[in-house]
Amino acid sequence: MISIDHLTKRYGAQVAVSDVSFSCSPGTVTGFLGPNGAGKSTTLRSLVGLATPTSGTATIAGRRYADLPNAGREVGVLLDASAQHSGRTGREVLTLAAMVLGVGRPRVDEVLGLVGLAGKPAGKRVGNYSLGMRQRLGLAAALLGDPHVLVLDEPANGLDPEGIFWMRGLLRGFADRGGTVLLSSHLLHEIEAVADQLVVISGGRIAAQGSKQELLAGRGTLVRGPDRELLHRALQAAGIATTPGPEDAVLADAEPLAVGQAVAAAGVVLTELRAAGGEGLEELFRSLTGTGAGQEVAA
Amino acid sequence: MSTTTAAPATADRTPAIAPPSLLQLVRTELRKSYDTRAGRWLLIAIALAALAVVAILLFVADAPKSFADYLSFTQIPTGLILPVLGILLVTSEWSQRTAMTTFTLVPRRSRVLTAKVLAATLLAVLGVVATVVIAAVATLLTPVVSDSALDWGTSGAQLGQVVLLQVISVLVGVGFGMLLLSSPLAIVLYFVLPTVFTIVTGLVSALRWVGDWLNLNVTTAPMADGGLSGEGWLQVGTSVALWLVLPMAVGWLRIQRSEIS
Repeated sequence: MISIDHLTKRYGAQVAVSDVSFSCSPGTVTGFLGPNGAGKSTTLRSLVGLATPTSGTATIAGRRYADLPNAGREVGVLLDASAQHSGRTGREVLTLAAMVLGVGRPRVDEVLGLVGLAGKPAGKRVGNYSLGMRQRLGLAAALLGDPHVLVLDEPANGLDPEGIFWMRGLLRGFADRGGTVLLSSHLLHEIEAVADQLVVISGGRIAAQGSKQELLAGRGTLVRGPDRELLHRALQAAGIATTPGPEDAVLADAEPLAVGQAVAAAGVVLTELRAAGGEGLEELFRSLTGTGAGQEVAA
Repeated sequence: MSTTTAAPATADRTPAIAPPSLLQLVRTELRKSYDTRAGRWLLIAIALAALAVVAILLFVADAPKSFADYLSFTQIPTGLILPVLGILLVTSEWSQRTAMTTFTLVPRRSRVLTAKVLAATLLAVLGVVATVVIAAVATLLTPVVSDSALDWGTSGAQLGQVVLLQVISVLVGVGFGMLLLSSPLAIVLYFVLPTVFTIVTGLVSALRWVGDWLNLNVTTAPMADGGLSGEGWLQVGTSVALWLVLPMAVGWLRIQRSEIS
């Protein structure tokens, strides 16, 4: 359980994070979304004790991170995959962490296998790793202590589509076994498939939060047909407000069932009918974070 | 779930996991000092330089040739390289940005810093042990390769002061590292500042006493032979306060308070 409560972080006169509150429950994946410089990293650094909040608190299972007896055994953290000594091998990086955590060497091999770095890549210097391999190594380090909470900053950065798919499965499985996952991203599509809950931050403030369904509720239905004008008229006749959707589609302000019934009643041909999904979320994300993108503080 | 499950645990209640012991942290820091190319080569350089020094003493006809002499002279290169190792033990965490990992694994930063100080101290002791071994081998070889006789003469004072000397040198490096958090800056200033200090206090005669009490190179000079006594100890104390305690204390506080990113 992660609780962030009225967290504010100021650097001199600059406010990086302002009154941010949200919580993540066990068994869920929370996506922490926002454009670059919105305050995601500052929030996460405050959560894991690398930065001291100006006011407010951030706790894990009711305790401040610094008060956890063996933090790495309870919380797996990946804040910056490139923050590794370029002269050490992947295995050496994990061996050092394993010594601090008090987990045995076999666990190092286990997580190396888990993230797909077993064998030859484990013996290569991190300086020769691609960004994707560093992310995998960072994930391995986060998983090393067998924690029940994961805090990951932009973990999909540098991963190829296959790697992103793999990571989703890994995080989903972790949450399904009762773990708590908080991961940040500036790209919605990287995490919308895996997150149960979304927290959108913009300019240091929470712009929206809730489950995907909640955030999308009232986003309407997308319909498409050979004659857009006929569709508009049929829906309006049934008392459903319409707006032009992406490309030649129509966005109807009603549930798919009501829209289908209205269109069927009017005898209009359809080629597509579905809840306004992905692009609805994308649009929401852009509308929530788009304003003031120019004057945000660097994270 | 009553059986022990492979984590993650379902509940928030975490089992009591012991924090990493200081011994674990010291072992980790020691490993960090030799698991990179820079660290490994610095350690090799200490051994090679000590070997070179005794080789010169052995083969130069009128050089002194007792165990005490070998031990004393090998402290010069050791005392030059150990501080760099001490500096890198701290600054590499910042230049390579591993401080983020280090301090998320151990959020109580003073524990990490304490472990670094202890690891550096241990490295200095091991460095002295290496010079003792090299000096002993040279002593055994002395009657073989030169006309001088076997001379094992040394004193408890020499051994003790040599250890203390190297512990001071490596910790001055650690202190400079903590204060500056940058490898090139700390290394350059470590070598330049004392030299400038020596020149300035040497030029102005009114400042001569400052040199006597605060110039670490001068105050610790008798220690390699075990010749420190009386007022000398006080002078070592004051110069250590300036070059070791002060930078380390300021750097320590800064690391504890700063944001790691």
